[in-house]
Amino acid sequence: MKTIQGKFVAEPERFEFSAAPMHQFELQRRDFFKILGAGIAVFVVAKEALAAQETAPGSPSFHNEEPPREISSWLHVGEDGTVTGFTGKAEMGQNIRTSISQTIADELRVPFESVRLVMADTTLTPFDAGTFGSRTTPTMTPQFRRVAEAARNLLIGVAAKEWNVAPEGLVAADAKVADPSSNRSLTYGELARGKSLAQNLPAEDPVTPATEWKVAGKPLPKVEGRAFVTGSHQYTSDIRLKGMLYGKVLRPPSFGATLTSYDDSAAKAMSGVTVVRGGDFVGVAAPSAHEAQKAIDSIRTQWKEMPQVSSKEIFSYLIKNAEPTSNERFRHEEGSAEQGLSSAAHRLDATYNVAYIAHAPLEPRAAVAQWADGKLTVWTGTQRPFANRDELASIFHIRESSVRVIVPDTGAAYGGKHTSDAAIEAARLAHAAGKPVKVVWTREEEFTWAYFRPAGVIEVKSGVAADGRLTAWEFHNYHSGMSGIETPYDVANQLTQYHQVPLVLRSGSYRGLAATANHFARETHMDALARLVKMDQLEFRMKNLSDARMRAVLEAATKSFGWPRKKTQEGQGFGLACGFEKGSYVATCAELAVDRSSGNARVVRVAEAFECGAIVNPDGLRNQVVGAIIQGLGGALFEAIEFENGRIKNPHFATYRVPRFRDVPEIEAILLDRKDIPSAGAGETPIMAIAPAAGNAFFDATGTRLNDLPLVSNGLRAA
Amino acid sequence: MAKLMEIEVNGKRYAVNYPPDTPLLHVLRDELGLTGTKYGCGEGQCGACTVLLGGAPRRSCQIPVSAVAAKPITTIEGLEKEGKLHPVQQAFLDAGAFQCAYCTSGMVMSSVGLLQTNANPKQEEIVQFLQGNICRCGTYPRIIEAVKHAAKLMQGSAR
Repeated sequence: MKTIQGKFVAEPERFEFSAAPMHQFELQRRDFFKILGAGIAVFVVAKEALAAQETAPGSPSFHNEEPPREISSWLHVGEDGTVTGFTGKAEMGQNIRTSISQTIADELRVPFESVRLVMADTTLTPFDAGTFGSRTTPTMTPQFRRVAEAARNLLIGVAAKEWNVAPEGLVAADAKVADPSSNRSLTYGELARGKSLAQNLPAEDPVTPATEWKVAGKPLPKVEGRAFVTGSHQYTSDIRLKGMLYGKVLRPPSFGATLTSYDDSAAKAMSGVTVVRGGDFVGVAAPSAHEAQKAIDSIRTQWKEMPQVSSKEIFSYLIKNAEPTSNERFRHEEGSAEQGLSSAAHRLDATYNVAYIAHAPLEPRAAVAQWADGKLTVWTGTQRPFANRDELASIFHIRESSVRVIVPDTGAAYGGKHTSDAAIEAARLAHAAGKPVKVVWTREEEFTWAYFRPAGVIEVKSGVAADGRLTAWEFHNYHSGMSGIETPYDVANQLTQYHQVPLVLRSGSYRGLAATANHFARETHMDALARLVKMDQLEFRMKNLSDARMRAVLEAATKSFGWPRKKTQEGQGFGLACGFEKGSYVATCAELAVDRSSGNARVVRVAEAFECGAIVNPDGLRNQVVGAIIQGLGGALFEAIEFENGRIKNPHFATYRVPRFRDVPEIEAILLDRKDIPSAGAGETPIMAIAPAAGNAFFDATGTRLNDLPLVSNGLRAA
Repeated sequence: MAKLMEIEVNGKRYAVNYPPDTPLLHVLRDELGLTGTKYGCGEGQCGACTVLLGGAPRRSCQIPVSAVAAKPITTIEGLEKEGKLHPVQQAFLDAGAFQCAYCTSGMVMSSVGLLQTNANPKQEEIVQFLQGNICRCGTYPRIIEAVKHAAKLMQGSAR
């Protein structure tokens, strides 16, 4: 465990899927200059790896240098002045293709339009553990600043040599190096011409402070936006290769079912159809999606099913099946919670339940696989291309270097596309058919055979003094996860524990992971405690908070919202919640309206303040923050996976309700730009506080406390 | 059994040989290569596959190919004219009304359909009309802004 900002943080979230070890960079120097043409290339290398290569950090090395083995990002300036950045991160709607391009343009002093990014391609881009945990901005921003600065200095060095002057007097701007003393200038393209220069750099701090950014920090539009409004962007599911077949997999009737009898004679008799069976995997490849479905439907099977836990009993099951305390992954204790509880003027204990929910990205899992000469190429929308590559290599008993995974900009993931399911299926079918195969999951498959944000039970015991100061805080999370588990409030006596439970449904990462569940429990509990000591919600939180950044977002959100508000109509209520996670802060105020005659509840207005250090692209950030609030409303109000006998009972958009236009409240997003703090990621934390803010507003409106997510499953309906 | 039919898409006529109950979506994507029209659910619940059929927005996953022979079809690829974006496409671009953008084709086609029958829709009318289109990234407020902006662009060009 390590310490960040004086706070204890847990190991990586178990539902984040553990990162694979570093791998060798496959591309050799002669290869990348062959692929990109001559020019200038700069790499960022892990410090240890650089030391091992005995290269002086920052020293230009022009000859005979092999590319380093542990590269995390690199940049190339071509003979035509084209700038290409390489990163293993994937674009899934979080707009990092734009924000990283801005950073490169800013530091290299080139127009934004001249930068392109090659992303998430296991042959062309450096190893990356995956696009998750809000890590892209905090890691890629400083790295690309370093490589861009180094490339700029290399170009200045070339110009200095050319003109036989000292480099110190030269200026780089607008993709040119100029000599102010003689009015000479050369473009980057001219300087790169005929060169094959490479340099390695250690990963260190960013070089240009945020106060001096010129391209970064601006609300630039999404790159390649035109391809999206014209429908010409090729998502994985849009790819069509010559001779490509359509794959379909036969799914068991329930989770854990095993095949007991099997007859594929009708499918095998169909023209152009390949049938594959391996253990319980049954799939077909056919010339059209229609024929593939017909072939699957013709296969006769019998299955042995297993008894399964249902959603009705899940919460008591999780408590009963928690692993022994000795197996806990996370425990944090300060003072004595027991003593703090016994000395409290008021005590409040409560239990909170959080349902399984689905990511439901609009582009379902998809993959296109092609084999040639024993090598496999797979296009798939995954957050972990290198882990997918390794899994494919292991399954098909080939070298990792024989597998190439390419991630086209993807139709969203939200933490839901870590695994390589569709890639494996497509590769298996393509191998058997001897032709490329595309597999696109149906919506029902996506809802059933992907994985879920895990359900959880959270037990809270708390004590508060008569003056409103917290005296004790005991917090137990069963199963849902460790993200955001620690209280940001000042409390001398606290015990926080995460209790592992064996998986019931297949579970994994989700935007914000367990931070939403943990913040829901904590901030709902804080609301109830404030009422117990008859204090205003904001005042009660401020009394127990010393973290200046948290106080700042609370002040900003409540100011914009007009907190405290007076009720002006029947059924109106106001709620507040705040939190910290993954380097960023959020505070959310919500207004909710309940129609008592119909029982409908609707969030009508939200003011959310968010702070993630220096903002790289305020327009992209605003899009993320507003989107997170709206997506978060689904899990807050009505999203829940129902299951029984190993079957998902609501695997359709008609029965699994997601937020639509009518659910959208009036939203004010207040973005605090802290240019003095390194940029943190922003894809997750803005989703955390809307659920407790909505629940607290519901209590304010009705006097009824809802301790379960989703809120409206408690006998109410969302309008 | 497959049947030979003729359909008109974006002003061009195509002979297609498919079972009559095949959803139009599959013919557009797999046969004609018009992949701008997306599969999102196959159940008419998300709007990602929206096309214009005789000018009206329809879910192409719910329409059998045999039912469209008499009516011209417009897909997202058919909106751009001589390199100039349709005002609705331009408005989505100007408003940055997308994140992953997988829903964008369907949102644009539904909005074109709305503006053809209601040149100046009120907020509530936009919400009502687009209620069947899901943006899982939650970009709804910007989409509403884009539709309003498109209405202005179209009125401007009509003058």
